[in-house]
Amino acid sequence: MSPALSSTLPSTGYLLAGLGVMFLVTVALRAAPFAALTRLRDSAVMRYLGGAMPAGIMVLLVVYTLRDTTAELSSWAPAAGALALTLAVHLAFRRTAASIVVGTAAYMLLRAWLG
Amino acid sequence: MTLDRLPAVPPLSPTRDEIRKGVADAVPVAIGMVPLGIAFGVLITQAGFAWWWAPVFSIVIYAGSMEFLAIGMLAAVTPLYSLAAATFLVNFRHVFYGLSFPIESIRSRLGKAYAVYSLTDEVYAITATKPRSEMTGARTLTIAVVCQLSWVLPGVVGGLIGAALPPGLDGLQFALTALFAVLAVDAWRASGDLPSPVLGLICGLIALVVAPEQMLLVGLCLFVAALLVRFAVQSRTGRGDA
Repeated sequence: MSPALSSTLPSTGYLLAGLGVMFLVTVALRAAPFAALTRLRDSAVMRYLGGAMPAGIMVLLVVYTLRDTTAELSSWAPAAGALALTLAVHLAFRRTAASIVVGTAAYMLLRAWLG
Repeated sequence: MTLDRLPAVPPLSPTRDEIRKGVADAVPVAIGMVPLGIAFGVLITQAGFAWWWAPVFSIVIYAGSMEFLAIGMLAAVTPLYSLAAATFLVNFRHVFYGLSFPIESIRSRLGKAYAVYSLTDEVYAITATKPRSEMTGARTLTIAVVCQLSWVLPGVVGGLIGAALPPGLDGLQFALTALFAVLAVDAWRASGDLPSPVLGLICGLIALVVAPEQMLLVGLCLFVAALLVRFAVQSRTGRGDA
């Protein structure tokens, strides 16, 4: 996990360009079904991707956010423990906000304890 | 529905009633968004951004999980093409939302444009579960506005909280990991498809080894390729459940 950045931010020009790119792509995806792309939308492969993609993408993003985890105990143990706890709490209670708060608090405590 | 409670005088503004209905539709979902909005604000200021970047992100991107992801990606000066690809794949599901959205209920062009821009998971979930014939433009737009307000305003509150906390609080970034883990569980429950999260994990780990600097882009491309191969194999073997 990358350390929280404190002072050095990229230039405002880059930030606005980046936000602009994400805006354009998001709006284009939302507008696509209203434009003349109905045939594409109705195709079997698109329906398959629409159903199967989200779960895998989210798992990939979990891996991405943990990409800087190392073999040191103070690095992997809090991540593994807090991730397991988050999943367990969410599977049991299905309360998004509660699962995230419990998981994050556990991570911070484990970091403070093992770090 | 409650005919006995109809006012004796016809309502002066039917629009006002429709707005009230829209608020009632949106509030249960909107309440659920408040803690996440606050968390987003706290994270963005803890990452070194000024608090007002929270509403800027929430208005320009306006796609919750992508906004969380954007904090780290932008702070790391990720190339624009990588941002575009990540946004495309993370938000790909939005391609299907228009199908069941009552866009025809809205008359003005500006209203239609706003509704398309603000068609998030939450707005989709609320409108897709209502009878389409009952949706008026005022009600549909109210739902969209209430949802955006209950995301943007808590973001500002969270931003101010985060700015007051000591900077760089260790471990707060795990909220992002937890968010994606929770969304993975929800998405898996919605689709009932186990191979997808397993493939996602495998592709993520491969990308981590092969291309640590471009891990997200490489992982996402591998994952889509893997899904397409799986689809092709399933179609060929004649399993119609693909």
